[in-house]
Amino acid sequence: MIQGLKMFGKYLSLLGNVFSRPENKKVYFRRILDEMVKLGVNSLTIVSIISLFMGAVVTIQTGLQLSNPFIPKYLIGFATRESLVLEFSPTMIALILAGKVGSSIASEIGTMRVSEQIDALEIMGINSSAFIIQPKIIASVLFFPILVVISMAIGMFGGFLAATLGGIISKAEFLQGLLYWFQPFYIFYAIVKTVFFAFAISSVSSFFGYYTAGGAIAVGKSSTKAVVYSCIVILIVNFVITQLMLS
Amino acid sequence: MIKVEKINKSFADKHVLKDVSFSFEAGKTNLVIGASGSGKTTLIKCMVGLHTPDSGKIIFDGATFEDLVKKDKRELRQQIGMLFQGGALFDYLTVEQNIAFPLSMFTNMSEEEKKDRVNFCLNRVNLNNVNNLFPAELSGGMIKRVAIARAISMNPKYLFCDEPNSGLDPQTSIIIDNLIQEITQEYNITTVVNTHDMNSVVEIGDNIAFINKGKLAWQGNKDSIISSDSPELNDFVFASQLLKKLKQ
Ligand SMILES: Nc1ncnc2c1ncn2[C@@H]1O[C@H](COP(=O)(O)OP(=O)(O)OP(=O)(O)O)[C@@H](O)[C@H]1O
Ligand SMILES: [Mg+2]
Repeated sequence: MIQGLKMFGKYLSLLGNVFSRPENKKVYFRRILDEMVKLGVNSLTIVSIISLFMGAVVTIQTGLQLSNPFIPKYLIGFATRESLVLEFSPTMIALILAGKVGSSIASEIGTMRVSEQIDALEIMGINSSAFIIQPKIIASVLFFPILVVISMAIGMFGGFLAATLGGIISKAEFLQGLLYWFQPFYIFYAIVKTVFFAFAISSVSSFFGYYTAGGAIAVGKSSTKAVVYSCIVILIVNFVITQLMLS
Repeated sequence: MIKVEKINKSFADKHVLKDVSFSFEAGKTNLVIGASGSGKTTLIKCMVGLHTPDSGKIIFDGATFEDLVKKDKRELRQQIGMLFQGGALFDYLTVEQNIAFPLSMFTNMSEEEKKDRVNFCLNRVNLNNVNNLFPAELSGGMIKRVAIARAISMNPKYLFCDEPNSGLDPQTSIIIDNLIQEITQEYNITTVVNTHDMNSVVEIGDNIAFINKGKLAWQGNKDSIISSDSPELNDFVFASQLLKKLKQ
């Protein structure tokens, strides 16, 4: 418990350091763009594949549950949209990104630590934590919401394919369901969640990478810890935000 | 000139540096020698501020490091070049980008000017046509040279080298040593070199501190070291039986 509090304190003080003024705005700006490509654009493929299948599975399962003839069929499309927007796209994708992006952030920073690259930055008079971590957090917070919106769209397309190719309902019915009783607030809620998830993944993983001590084995350990803690934080944040915004 | 005064440093309950005082002179290659584990790296890391000493002072040309405010510390650091034991090149940057990195961060040089400076530094360490290679594509000796080139790109007043020739063959070691000495004299840099290589000692030992078990046990230069009668130093210098016999 005390150990945990100490770690949390260390995390907060690292964050304090991370958000200090950059030495050179131009270099930072370029670093943010680089990180967006590295962390965001390079995750597009995996996000697309997962979303496509996730949408298809959600539709098939919903179809099974709503087989009662008194329930209108278009509700299958409606339920697919609601589950994707509210939960599956933001949370599932965040957990996937915790694995992919979290481990890559932690191992990249951990390697910099054990090969003394972080010390080299410090010697040059650069605030190493701000230089390395700040662009990663900003890039994640800006780009992950885009990934999640893309995931929603692809997920619905996956659902559409499953519904029509599997003969669950007709194209027209599914589309009617997708458009039925649309609430923009839900999208807003999903994006807010994602912003917090992005912050959690990038900052928690950076924290474990930055405080790697030892050699190559320690880098592996940091990256495992980064993924585990990021996932836990995501689930807690998900609960808290849902409680605050939806109930 | 850098003065250290009564530096003490412990890790947990391990007392690594004990009251170390020494003057590192400008325009000279100042060597810190001693057996493995004697505290050489710890001393250098205290001097550049990567470790905070438990007590004692580090004075850069009259300015006591611990008394400086954060901003002045960072400014002082821009005058420090350091060669790490493993090179510590940024592995996602090419050789050219590595050397240009401090220039991009701290100067307003144009791309042209940076390129010129990079090529000048690479020339200085006798490397050509490596500008677009990544660190993973270099040999150990080349990494050291690029690291030296990066360390001198900002015209440092102070240069720290942690075991510049560990892992290099004797010939390359001497080339690197001489390179460090030449640069030191040419730009009147205060250079501190950690080493346990006796070849370096007799090649470039202008001013030598011998650390034994965390204490300054002897000081002198490459001429006086041979004739010293300190038993610990002689054990270190004349490590092999052959050399001990020669000495007698
Ligand atoms: N970060 C640290 N935490 C705990 N102990 C440390 C740390 N750094 C160094 N030490 C200990 O301090 C002692 C001196 O280490 P140091 O690296 O300064 O030796 P060295 O003289 O540079 O040796 P070498 O020639 O092998 O590089 C060693 O016993 C080491 O175990
Ligand atoms: Mg050492």
